[in-house]
Amino acid sequence: MHCSYACNSPEHTRARRNFLGQIAAGTGVLAGGLGAAVRPSAAKELEKNQKRILCFYMAGGLSQLESWDPKPNTDTGGPFRAIPTSVPGIHISELLPNIAKQMHHLTIVRGVNTKEDDHGKGGYLMTTGRRQTPAADYPHLGAVTAKALAPESSAIPGHIHITPGGGGGRSNDAAYLGPRYASISLGNGKPPANSGRDPSLAEAADMQRNALRRQANERFLQRRRTAQTDAYTYSYEQAQRLMSERDVFDVTKESPQDQERYGNYDLGRHCLLARRLLSGGATFVQVAHSNYDTHNENFDFHLEQLGEFDRSFAALVADLADRGMLDSTLIVVMSEFGRTPRINQHYGRDHWSAAWSVLLGGCGVQRGGAYGKTNENGTKVIDGEVDHGQLFHTYLSAVGLDPTETFDVGGRDLPLADPSVKAVKELLS
Amino acid sequence: MADPVKADPALTHVAAEWKHTSPFVSCRFDPMGRYVFAGAEDSTVQRFDVATGAAVPYVGHQSWVRSLGFSPDGATLYTGGYEGRLIWWPVVGDTPAATRTVEAHAGWIRGLAVSPDGKAIATCGNDNLVKLWNAEDGALLQTMTGHASNVFNVIFHPSGQFLLSADLKGQVHQWEVASGKQIRTFDAKELHSYNAGQAVDYGGVRSMAFSPDGKSLACGGLHKSSNPLGAVQDPLIIEFDWETAKPRISHAPDTRCIAWRVVYQADGSLIVGCGGTEALVLFFKPDADKEFFRFKAPNTVRDLDKHPDGLRLVTAHFDKQVRILSMTAKPA
Repeated sequence: MHCSYACNSPEHTRARRNFLGQIAAGTGVLAGGLGAAVRPSAAKELEKNQKRILCFYMAGGLSQLESWDPKPNTDTGGPFRAIPTSVPGIHISELLPNIAKQMHHLTIVRGVNTKEDDHGKGGYLMTTGRRQTPAADYPHLGAVTAKALAPESSAIPGHIHITPGGGGGRSNDAAYLGPRYASISLGNGKPPANSGRDPSLAEAADMQRNALRRQANERFLQRRRTAQTDAYTYSYEQAQRLMSERDVFDVTKESPQDQERYGNYDLGRHCLLARRLLSGGATFVQVAHSNYDTHNENFDFHLEQLGEFDRSFAALVADLADRGMLDSTLIVVMSEFGRTPRINQHYGRDHWSAAWSVLLGGCGVQRGGAYGKTNENGTKVIDGEVDHGQLFHTYLSAVGLDPTETFDVGGRDLPLADPSVKAVKELLS
Repeated sequence: MADPVKADPALTHVAAEWKHTSPFVSCRFDPMGRYVFAGAEDSTVQRFDVATGAAVPYVGHQSWVRSLGFSPDGATLYTGGYEGRLIWWPVVGDTPAATRTVEAHAGWIRGLAVSPDGKAIATCGNDNLVKLWNAEDGALLQTMTGHASNVFNVIFHPSGQFLLSADLKGQVHQWEVASGKQIRTFDAKELHSYNAGQAVDYGGVRSMAFSPDGKSLACGGLHKSSNPLGAVQDPLIIEFDWETAKPRISHAPDTRCIAWRVVYQADGSLIVGCGGTEALVLFFKPDADKEFFRFKAPNTVRDLDKHPDGLRLVTAHFDKQVRILSMTAKPA
């Protein structure tokens, strides 16, 4: 019996409310979530206009006071001063002099209140837009973006995480969207494991081997097709395409000048890799920077970490702007939470989710401003309060998606984002 | 005639407490022992009269002041701030104002020392530089380059011929004052560690002191840091032999804190102010690796200094207090 799963009927290739109609208007329908083929002529246009997200995850909890919302000369301000930026009236920490010059491409969201001070739970809600519950699991922003926006034909995985260390492989962060949209981790920026052909295997033999695999696969799928087998097949085919474009992961192909400009350290290389991946067609790239969980000597450690981040991130923003990619690339800089205004006995700051900041930039958002406000010493939000759910809607809206629409997953309509909240319109361009 | 009073660490007790509105980060006695100067998280330096506890604020820095020094005659105070400014002040006066300000470093000034003859001030900081200044007119005399990480501390050898500077990675460079040339390096790398899991460098030479005879250099800081971001570390003090530049003896007290300040007594014994999860003042006899007495302070110790009389200490604390510790019997 032929299974009815993914029968390619209009009902199953398209969510009932046809949410992607808006983003694909005039160019046919994007692949990814819809699974429809893209005409070659339209594909080129789509590629040019393809929306992407570049997310920086500041692991541990970046201090808003040492970054986007400094409070110098207050009881909570700490030793660092605020500096002017390229946007008159907007000041950020003196630890970020290079980013200050790029502020006209960026917007600070200063009124974030997520009411969650636990690392795991805070990370979950910031990356999924929902609070973690035992009853349900929700997909990562990258999985949602990949399913909605990644071209079917792309050789580059749609959802990529560049991590400071660890191995590679696929994570388990796509929830009901399925393993196909789970993140591929590039541990310390290394290419996906086994993405190169074994040198002992000749190209002809490799092709012969793959032809045999395809033949067996197709025969199997005729009777036993499931989401898992589809993901398996997709992974193999994508891996084949990936092997042919493996150079995209090799930052040594970049000029020595660019490598120097981004910084000769892990984050510098990771940012350069992010540029290569986005230029190569990746839809969602997350770069994690560690570690900001500074219960001890917050100021020394922020000095150390942000010194790297400032140089590399500013170079990347400037390059995306120069290459005309900012209009199609949304930039998000997030953490699981911020850090306490109160300075503890170890010169540290602790977990704090009641009044912190997220940075946005590029595609679909207002640039060169600050939205929301905290009080004089940063202990509470006094204007423009937003939470993780609203921000998640805002990210999706910025890249042209309607977050109130649904995915069709196995015949079920599942919302892209928490239906109880909406995007922050004031942040959208 | 009665014998002169001697310090007995076992008698250490809090003789006075002076409260401010902001946590303290540093403290020093002036050379005459009349005042305590203490830097606070509100970017002021507070001057306390040792006899009365009366406080006078020194306002002018735009960031925290952890570096304090004096002219040998006790007339001038030099302060180095985390905004990079070096400021000259009068030690006395009811409303003291800065008499000279120099933009000394890009980033924090982390350490300051005055030459034994009082003619030069050395500073160091986050720009990885060591600088020598003319104390009389504020002119820059030398810039020493060679550190590959933030420079945490500077100290003059008692001879005045040499300056030593120490950094985050535990490299202690010796410079010839007259020429600015680097002479040799003491290796205190045990005071630094890199935690790959947290991707952070941690430690550094938090304090330095020369023994009165100039034959021993003590470097204080921390080691055994299994969790830098969580303040899990033990204090470590390494005493180097001046002649050989090799470690002579190390002190690794069993406690959870950082050796924020080391000072020598006239007899060569060592006093260490430790702050962190525990708050201690530790006392070491010359040539003994274990402390012979530990005083538990009421709150974490962020800095310590010794009164010129050798009988009293001052400590700076997170709980917004500076405390005078007496090492003599309590008054009856």
